[in-house]
Amino acid sequence: MMTDAAQSRQRDGVPAFRRRLAGSRAPLLTLATLGMALVVLPLLGLIARTDWPGLLTHLRAPVVWPAIRLSLITTLITLGLAMLLGTPLAWLLSRATGRLATWMRALLTVPVVLPPVVGGVALLLAYGRNGLVGAPVFDALGLRIPFTPLAVVLAQLFVSLPFYVLAVEGAMRSVDPRFDHVAATLGASPTRVFLRVGLPLAAPGIAAGAALAWARALGEFGATITFAGNLTGRTQTAPLAVYVALQSDPQAAIALSIAMLAVSIAVLGLLRGRWMG
Amino acid sequence: MRALALGVIGLCSVLGLVGCSTSGTDAPEGSGALAEPGGPAAGTRDTDSEPTTLTVLAPASLTEAFTELATQYESLYPQVRIDLSFGSSTTLAQQVAEGVQADLFASAGTDALALLPERYARGGGETTIASNELEIAVELGNPRGITGLEDFTRTDLDTVLCVQTAPCGTAADEAFRAAGLTPTPVSREIDVKATLAKVSLGEADAALVYRSDVVTSTAVDGVTIPTEHNVSLTYPLVWFNAEPHTIGFVDLITGPDGRAALEAAGFAAP
Repeated sequence: MMTDAAQSRQRDGVPAFRRRLAGSRAPLLTLATLGMALVVLPLLGLIARTDWPGLLTHLRAPVVWPAIRLSLITTLITLGLAMLLGTPLAWLLSRATGRLATWMRALLTVPVVLPPVVGGVALLLAYGRNGLVGAPVFDALGLRIPFTPLAVVLAQLFVSLPFYVLAVEGAMRSVDPRFDHVAATLGASPTRVFLRVGLPLAAPGIAAGAALAWARALGEFGATITFAGNLTGRTQTAPLAVYVALQSDPQAAIALSIAMLAVSIAVLGLLRGRWMG
Repeated sequence: MRALALGVIGLCSVLGLVGCSTSGTDAPEGSGALAEPGGPAAGTRDTDSEPTTLTVLAPASLTEAFTELATQYESLYPQVRIDLSFGSSTTLAQQVAEGVQADLFASAGTDALALLPERYARGGGETTIASNELEIAVELGNPRGITGLEDFTRTDLDTVLCVQTAPCGTAADEAFRAAGLTPTPVSREIDVKATLAKVSLGEADAALVYRSDVVTSTAVDGVTIPTEHNVSLTYPLVWFNAEPHTIGFVDLITGPDGRAALEAAGFAAP
């Protein structure tokens, strides 16, 4: 029998232990490398199969520009709405403790885990011509929501708003509530506390949430094709155009994919440099 | 059962169908086996009582018809098991080309046949079992009074078509060209089922799909298109060997029971 101290002295003195420690890193490295490869390889495949000299020609295929323009316009509107509606929601949730807040958080998680196609069906049943909200709107205003750019925005909001709210709520919860109390005792209204305390202190989290939500909206496919349909220039966003072009003009599909990749990296890089340090 | 078998033989001899006539010495014996279903009666060969598995690849649109016919055949010959695999014709043909073992292959349209390896022709044969054509799917009772292809140019109606890259989209474009019309759809859906769903969910007033899709859906009504503007699609059936039960199942599909099952699923005679 050895004492703990003696045991540890013996370990320290045995070089074999160090070798074993070094050796034990190999499985971790292997798994980590494999994990990284699974993410990087498809991107490499995309880059390797791109016809770089002809990229500009492929980008001029009639399917490409209307899709990119529609995607940029709709995702920016989606992002604006997500921030306008999602930030107050995140703030209230971050300061709420009741059972209602727990339920609201659970509900917000649903679109995150729901298959997007199912989301599309749900949207159709809510906003469609015979839908819960869609039918009275259609009867009263003659406004048919599916097959319009508005439907594209609604589909993107459905999938990206929860991402935004959950990310921002996390950031706002880490803002010490004592700051709110101090501001309130100094006479600030709840709205003023939100604007002058919550927003500035959670800014990095808001930027991260915005980037995440925007990326999610840009990549949205299943809910859009199910709910908004697929018409060039009107509801055919970039991911839909990639899917359709792949069957007729693969190089245009690849060129469009490269364009989306470049735009995504540029925006994420910009956000990171500007707000996330 | 006997009536069925005799009917099949009768049809074979009258029409001289490829399935009955092109496959050499095995074919008459295969048909002969049909006349004595499962029993140990005279004329039954040893191979007939041995367990046999037939692998049949078919397009998704033939699911109901082929499932019913396979059940019929299995009850005639309990020692035979028919494995059915349904999917896109192109995918199935690619599987055969890559070495998937199959006895029969049915295809929606003839395009997928080009993907089959050359060797398929040896010891087997080919025939056409059905045809399909475009039809307009409308809401039950046709509340918007849709009458034909020209309604797809009306902007006060919400109409949907298949995307240009799907076979039903290509066929739709062909039909509109033939009619000299420029359609104004609100969406071009990714496949025929998605196109039909927009009408069955009540989100669109009309969709241009296949007749079999309209017939098998309980949620839509159909408006037919005049033959001169219509585009039809044929369904070839290919078999890769002349084994008795391969030929037996071909005979069942091309016979009166096969015809009835295909007609119930909305397919016309070839």
